Amino acid sequence: MNFQEILAKYADKPGGMIEAFHAIQEQLNYLPEEVIIEAAKVFDKPVAQAYGVATFYSMFSTDKRGKYVIRICESAPCHVAGAAEVVAALEQELGIKMGETTADGLFSLEFTECVGQCQATPVITINGEPSLDVTPAKISGIIAACK
Amino acid sequence: MAEEMRIVLRNYGKIDPLKIDDYIASGGYNALNKARGMSQADLINEVKASNLRGRGGAGFNCGAKWNFAYQAQADQKYVICNADEGEPGTYKDRLIMEGDPQSLLEGMAICGYAIGATQGFIYCRGEYPSVVKTLNAAIAQAKEKGVLGDFSIEVRMGAGAYVCGEETALIESIEGKRGEPRIKPPFPPVIGLWGKPTIVNNVETFANIPAIVEKGAAWYAGIGTPSYPGTKIVTLTGDVVNKTFFEVPTDTTIREVIFGFGGGILGGKAFKAVQIGGTSGAFIPAANLDTPIGFDAMTAIGAALGSGAVFVLNDTRDIVDVTARIAKFFAHESCGKCAPCREGTMRMHDLMDKINAGQGKAADVALLNKLGRVMSYSCLCGLGQAAPSPVLTTIEHFAADYNAKLA
Amino acid sequence: MINVTIDGIKASVPDGSTILQAAKNVGINIPTLCYHPDQSVKANCRVCVCEVEGNRLLQAACSQPVFEGMVIKTRTPKVIEARKTILELILAHHPQDCLNCIRNENCELQSLAAEYFIRDNPFELKVRGLAKDLSTPSLFRDPNKCVLCRRCIEACSVVQIVNALGLEERGSHAMVVPSLGKDLIDSPCIMCGQCIHACPVGAIGEVEDIDKLLAAIADPETVVVTQIAPAVRLALSEEIGMNTGDLPMEVFVAGLKQIGFDHVLHTNFTADLTILEEGNELLKRLSTGGTLPMFTSCSPGWINFCETFYPDLLDNLSTCKSPQQMFGSLVKTYWADKMGIAPSKIFSVSIMPCVAKKFEASRPEMNASGFRDVDIVLTTREIGRLFRMSGVDFRKLAPQPFSPWMGEYTGAAVIFGATGGVMEAALRTVYEVVMQETLEDVNFTVARGFEGIKEAEVDLNGTVVKVAIAHGLGHARKLMDQVRAGESPYHFIEIMACPGGCVGGGGQPITKANVKRIERLDAIYIEDEAMPVRKSHENVEVKKIYEDFLHEPLGHKSHELLHTHYHAKNKSFL
Repeated sequence: MNFQEILAKYADKPGGMIEAFHAIQEQLNYLPEEVIIEAAKVFDKPVAQAYGVATFYSMFSTDKRGKYVIRICESAPCHVAGAAEVVAALEQELGIKMGETTADGLFSLEFTECVGQCQATPVITINGEPSLDVTPAKISGIIAACK
Repeated sequence: MAEEMRIVLRNYGKIDPLKIDDYIASGGYNALNKARGMSQADLINEVKASNLRGRGGAGFNCGAKWNFAYQAQADQKYVICNADEGEPGTYKDRLIMEGDPQSLLEGMAICGYAIGATQGFIYCRGEYPSVVKTLNAAIAQAKEKGVLGDFSIEVRMGAGAYVCGEETALIESIEGKRGEPRIKPPFPPVIGLWGKPTIVNNVETFANIPAIVEKGAAWYAGIGTPSYPGTKIVTLTGDVVNKTFFEVPTDTTIREVIFGFGGGILGGKAFKAVQIGGTSGAFIPAANLDTPIGFDAMTAIGAALGSGAVFVLNDTRDIVDVTARIAKFFAHESCGKCAPCREGTMRMHDLMDKINAGQGKAADVALLNKLGRVMSYSCLCGLGQAAPSPVLTTIEHFAADYNAKLA
Repeated sequence: MINVTIDGIKASVPDGSTILQAAKNVGINIPTLCYHPDQSVKANCRVCVCEVEGNRLLQAACSQPVFEGMVIKTRTPKVIEARKTILELILAHHPQDCLNCIRNENCELQSLAAEYFIRDNPFELKVRGLAKDLSTPSLFRDPNKCVLCRRCIEACSVVQIVNALGLEERGSHAMVVPSLGKDLIDSPCIMCGQCIHACPVGAIGEVEDIDKLLAAIADPETVVVTQIAPAVRLALSEEIGMNTGDLPMEVFVAGLKQIGFDHVLHTNFTADLTILEEGNELLKRLSTGGTLPMFTSCSPGWINFCETFYPDLLDNLSTCKSPQQMFGSLVKTYWADKMGIAPSKIFSVSIMPCVAKKFEASRPEMNASGFRDVDIVLTTREIGRLFRMSGVDFRKLAPQPFSPWMGEYTGAAVIFGATGGVMEAALRTVYEVVMQETLEDVNFTVARGFEGIKEAEVDLNGTVVKVAIAHGLGHARKLMDQVRAGESPYHFIEIMACPGGCVGGGGQPITKANVKRIERLDAIYIEDEAMPVRKSHENVEVKKIYEDFLHEPLGHKSHELLHTHYHAKNKSFL
């Protein structure tokens, strides 16, 4: 489905723009400008408002992102469990810094706040799927599994 | 030692969450049927008499809240389940939704009948995509069975905004807008979703409802501490042996939670502090460990039960570092609408980072105190009002840790 | 009525009052920043917080309704500390360049900082370090100064329904930005400048052109000629410390001469001319089955709006240029010729209540004279600054007349500055042209007042002409949507972009409340009433220009110099 078709699917849902953005991001991993413009039209909102929504929520991105968006929880429970070491290992493994995307367009690294899997900290998510009890030693394997 | 008591987790691990027949076989939907045999007013009075108080953090009497929406005249009313559980260290709502989604649906349907609403929404945080799938499957099964009658439920997904746990911000988000809190009054039971009377309750609150209706208000009111009866799911994180969850009566003390259920401090180390209720909670020193977790007892020591998260630190932890990290959380999660929160959370983060980096002065600590105090009563919503709590309480109870880091 | 106690004073206030209103009732002023008298309550700055007995939380006075028995304290130590701290927070995130700021001495934040004697701000100064948006010739944005009160957003999206401005990001990264985070010029902005009035600080302002004027005045070879728009004089009075409307026109002229303008003429002259051209255009459309309803075209913000949002209705726009641009093309042709001045030496200045006029003057098609017809446009505010800088003392100035040929005007031109004024002026002339009889009572009062949309019917020899008037583009939208749907009952529609018309223009003295706009409307009709001639077609100099130069309304010369055409703005991001 292209984004116009996805938007059309949600057009009749009151307040459905956020749902539609989720569905589009599942395919594109980000919200290009034309998506925001079209969403505004479909939901009969000014573009300025649609843009305000798209930039408010941390799960939405208006910048292009990699095929795999890796988010590292840095909330306090993960922080004391060693999230910083996981961040360092991920940055080293992928050769990018937090907030960046690999040159091959495969991976993006982002911080996130708590993802609610605190029984097994530190936690990362890859396209929304959580990986639990992550350690620096596990990083290579996790990345390899994506590829 | 105190025992676990499972009310909201009564079916957790015992039934297949994706089989509604399992739920029905274990007595599910009896409460909804019973409720429908009562008048709306009687039902609300029953909930009121149970003294069930909201499990989302504010602790408002649930039946009293329902009554506002019941009394409001409107062609349409809404029931919203707040499943935007964003307090770091909290995953109790996920447990309920993953393990026993029908109990939530039943609780919502009872509320719908009580206030006269036929449409419900579950606002589930975007970090729980698999929970959304479970909920949708559960709703489809309930619809197929016809157990919900004329009550429909739709799941909406958050998108990474802690502030949407605030009920009016959550409503804005369902309306497809930026999740910014509204000015109160008016309160949602009078003017809520799309301007209609709306009840917003937490997952755990709704999951209590079927048990209360089935077994009666008196039964529930007799459990735990009288002013905040029932149970609370606590989720243990940090330096504790059993990093897991328990459902305990509300008269259980913090000490029992950490050293009984939690098995004490990991690695044989000593206890330093515990933060209860999520990242906006107060840090509690050893001196207060014998406080019961009930709402009012916690308020009395300047803390809050909040979400029931229990984040334990051992005595080797750098509490200033942890607090600096928490300050960053609030700077990131402030919606930016009101000035004291928008600017204040950012300043708190800056000042905490400065102190944490060994560059702070005593004046910075004093400024944090003033800023925190002002934010706690000037901000527009609970986020900004609660954000200073970890900073203020660590300064209060762990001043030596701050002093040790000053330049 | 509800009984409350405020700072120990017992008072009975109307149901539904807020603390702010109740306090005002008993003579207690509570400071505000995001509060705007004509907008929705925002309660986001929290500067107005007060104590309410029994509540640990402070309450925002602007939003909190009073209840029976409420005990309010507006100036306890807790309240003062909170307000001061909040102001310190806002100020620490705001450039400390008040001396260089366009809103110096006219800034709500600056006043509050003074009132609360903010001296040593304990918070470290931290400014956003963003570039100013200088993309339009009309207005600039300095995002560093924004205090996030959101009043500009409401002006843009609720009053004007242009939706050029919105929010981006959240927390301390939250910003007010043009749509999609672009520059203003790439947003739907129609440059009306209503956001300038809404802004409590200097985050939005007009692009200033005073230096260009000073350079022209300094050059002895250059003949500096100016036109003054209808709504300028009465509002300029406010800028120079007089009551609205009190500055006499001829003293204003004398002041301009003293600054170094060589000739002072009047846009009112071309306002009268516009009536002849536009009135005849209407009659022609009525008689030949032309596109109706016809829309007025004097307001450049409105033209931008129509080109942006209703490009399908451009044929409905009168082809008449605005009075400013008619003046511009005539001053370098007709007037230059009459005066024996080479048009290349003329520096044509326009003094306007408007910021969109700056953009209009820069349109590439506005060079009918063979030169740029209007070289620079100065707002009422800029002229006020210029007078202050030049030390002109108006109380000591002897009146001076306008220069000849394009300085005469009638009461009909004066009322161009008010919503409904163009319509009323047109009716005064059209009536006499069609009926061939004298209009005894020239006051079409149905066209007057602050009502968002006004309508009227005029019987012209059995033909009933239906007219409508809207000011503020939010109101204009209603009429436009009707036209678009083919359901408009009107023949002639006057639209002014700004609330109140030009009296509330984006270039006028900072006007927070509509009551000020209404005061200026009153001043306009007082001026009209006092004019010896009140019908445009009786303007002697206008008669003369038709005799000597234009020959007839809608004629060949008019077509060349006084009429224009419009372009759809293809903006996909509305």
